[in-house]
Amino acid sequence: MTSRSIPALLALRGRTQPLGVRVDPAANAVTIDGRRVDASTLDFEVPAIGCLYGAALNFRGLRSQLEPDFYRPPHERPPVAPVLYIKPRNTWLAHRRPVPLPVGVETVEVGATLGVVIARDARRVPRARAAEVIAGYTIVNDVTIPGSGLFRPPLRAKCRDGFCPVGPWIVPRDSVATPDALEIRASVNGEVRMRNTTANLHRDIAALIADVTEFMTLRAGDLLAVGVPEHPPLAQAGDEVTVEVEGLGRLENTLVPEEILLGEVLP
Amino acid sequence: MRRARVIFHGVRHDATGDGDRLRLDDGSRVAEDEVTWLPPVEPRTIFAVGLNYAKHAQEIKSATEQEPLVFLKGPNAVAGHRSSTSRPADVKFMHYECELAVVIGRTARRVPADAALKHVAGYTVANDYAIRDYLENYYRPNLRVKNRDGATLLGPWLVDASDVADPMNLELTTTVNGKVTQRGNTRDMILDVAHLIAHLSSILTLSPGDVMLTGTPEGVVNVDAGDEVVTEIAGIGRLVGYIVPDAAGAIA
Repeated sequence: MTSRSIPALLALRGRTQPLGVRVDPAANAVTIDGRRVDASTLDFEVPAIGCLYGAALNFRGLRSQLEPDFYRPPHERPPVAPVLYIKPRNTWLAHRRPVPLPVGVETVEVGATLGVVIARDARRVPRARAAEVIAGYTIVNDVTIPGSGLFRPPLRAKCRDGFCPVGPWIVPRDSVATPDALEIRASVNGEVRMRNTTANLHRDIAALIADVTEFMTLRAGDLLAVGVPEHPPLAQAGDEVTVEVEGLGRLENTLVPEEILLGEVLP
Repeated sequence: MRRARVIFHGVRHDATGDGDRLRLDDGSRVAEDEVTWLPPVEPRTIFAVGLNYAKHAQEIKSATEQEPLVFLKGPNAVAGHRSSTSRPADVKFMHYECELAVVIGRTARRVPADAALKHVAGYTVANDYAIRDYLENYYRPNLRVKNRDGATLLGPWLVDASDVADPMNLELTTTVNGKVTQRGNTRDMILDVAHLIAHLSSILTLSPGDVMLTGTPEGVVNVDAGDEVVTEIAGIGRLVGYIVPDAAGAIA
């Protein structure tokens, strides 16, 4: 990745307003008021403000892998409309904050994905105009407990406190030249374990926005995660997990047992 | 106390019930049909529980499922008392669901059932429409069925929990154009409100403003454009909704 400075929007702890800054994703540097600082020295908040929707089954490789299951009970036939889920507010977590592993949960999947930030209320948007409703892009780690299946909504697997790191910042749409050809990487303890690209989306970003807004409004500030690729890496307590999206930056978090995190605040 | 959020003469007000009128936050008293009703709370996260009444569940649930069925809804879905909900022209089965809605008032994490009701701010009525034609067997009930714009009515009132003596003995009634189509009682829930809070708070942290829809009893029938649907829970409120043809469908 070449070093390049682009505008971004980020939220810092203790500040009420999001900051317009410049970021250099390759160097992990942020320029605030003309001063260039290492991003790891900043105390980030989640930049999202609306509802966070995720699209399941939206990578071609994942779909071919699951294709036989689509025709068996309980599914019976392949999905027609986009398969969506919600990562509620209790799951949102800032860059570099620890992900709490619930008691009894040993292993989670690192759900590396691209988040599309919606610019304005979007209802029945045709593909050709989808770009107009995009404010920008961010990185999402859709942390998931493996093995829950796809039949019922994934509350226990996906909606645990702190199970959705988002950030570190939002890069405006016009600074991302090729959103449909961005490499996505997931690393555990610095080792890349999964590599894919948004070029492999089953519904590309415009098609996803068109097909979702056919039946529901995406609101200004909502976030639409475009899909987690097949073979998400597994991680355990103590692991540092990183999601990188080409040109956007890197989202880093460590998995920490919940009882240790609570030990810091409970007597 | 009964609390509402309304628009009167273009201005948003908090209001309380005062006999058959509303008392606005500026002290004025207005009639219920002089205001536009907003949902009585702006929900944070909306949790909806499916298959939580014995007879309704028998119709739908597979015997092997042990975990309560819980799905989430987005803010686009929510609308207030007297709202109109659109029915796509091409569907055969769109139905209402009269549900007791629980609004969380205090953070709840791993709360035992016997202490759970202390975390409730109040109750309101929900009418959570579904369009069965769009059901798919992925994260079922999928968002295309259950997260449509303006298809989850909440209201009219948020009734303080302290004013509801027993949330587990409330009559639910739905009428379509004045004819009773659904009757039930919250005592027939499989998991009662306290156990639902205990269950959810064992998985995640509930926060003030979170809303929990507790499921609907048997007796859901198709509704058509032009219908008036009234979902009523004794002591909580009478929530009126209207079905209208899908505007975009009409243009096409």
